[in-house]
Amino acid sequence: MGRETRAMQDDDGFNPAVLWLLDGESLWKANCAACHPIEKMKGVAARYPALHRKRLINLEQRINLCRTEQQKAPAFAYESRELLSLTAHVGRQSRGHPISVEISDGNRSFFEAGKALFHRRQGQLNLACVQCHDERWGKSLAGTTIPQAHPTGYPLYRLEWQGVGSLQRRLRNCMIGVRAEPYAYGSDEFVELELYLMWRARGMKLETPAVRP
Amino acid sequence: MARVVVSVPPRARRGDVVEIRTLAGHPMETGFRRTQLGELVPRDIITRFSCSYNGVEVFRAELHPAVAANPLISFTTVATESGTLEFRWSGDNGFVAVQKAEMVVV
Repeated sequence: MGRETRAMQDDDGFNPAVLWLLDGESLWKANCAACHPIEKMKGVAARYPALHRKRLINLEQRINLCRTEQQKAPAFAYESRELLSLTAHVGRQSRGHPISVEISDGNRSFFEAGKALFHRRQGQLNLACVQCHDERWGKSLAGTTIPQAHPTGYPLYRLEWQGVGSLQRRLRNCMIGVRAEPYAYGSDEFVELELYLMWRARGMKLETPAVRP
Repeated sequence: MARVVVSVPPRARRGDVVEIRTLAGHPMETGFRRTQLGELVPRDIITRFSCSYNGVEVFRAELHPAVAANPLISFTTVATESGTLEFRWSGDNGFVAVQKAEMVVV
């Protein structure tokens, strides 16, 4: 990430994701604040994906579970403005918190599946995530520097998207890039991969909502 | 209702140059893109932005299709007296957004 992008991210007067944060704040006040004061959401995003009734779910799915089970309302679609705004608003409360997912007996099988996916070659280009993001980070790929792929700021504002998107949208981009058939939004494979990526980035500080080029 | 965010320093010394930033939530659809079926997506952009300081226009910009979504406009002005800055964005399909901010000059 360049210096200008970081300056844009760290200054709420410049960070365009603020437009989503404001939406998230008003949605939260209208729908969620009666049960959950927003202060209680500090550090929550740093612990997801987490287990829920022996299933692994990410933050988006947690919000939608609350909607369908407690509020008896229809779930928000993946990548909808509402879900992104709410997730960004919850994630914002954990800004600066170190990522702290832990691997236990309960989630070890999901973790191993995510790790295997990260190391599995796929697509017509027959590439595994590990080949770029562990073995070749810092080198160039078509003029851009290959990052280490730490999901520290999702959902984030990507200048290329001209909008806010989730980690799964980014993962789909990568899979399309290696000409693989991407998994569906919210699929178990993606959530397992999210868990592995968050574990890999453990200790790094969350910067939701981040800005990336 | 469109989301707009402005950041204006709440206090400034008389004669200081102050930086003002504005962010408007808008898709800025260029009018050159097509759908998968080949139909042209109609243009939908902000065309004008202006800022008036106690009723006097201090900054104006014309925007064109090459501007990215959620345009961020940053400019400077000289703090002359306490008062209100009024920001106005207008564009295609009757888009209008107005925002005000107070600045105290000492």
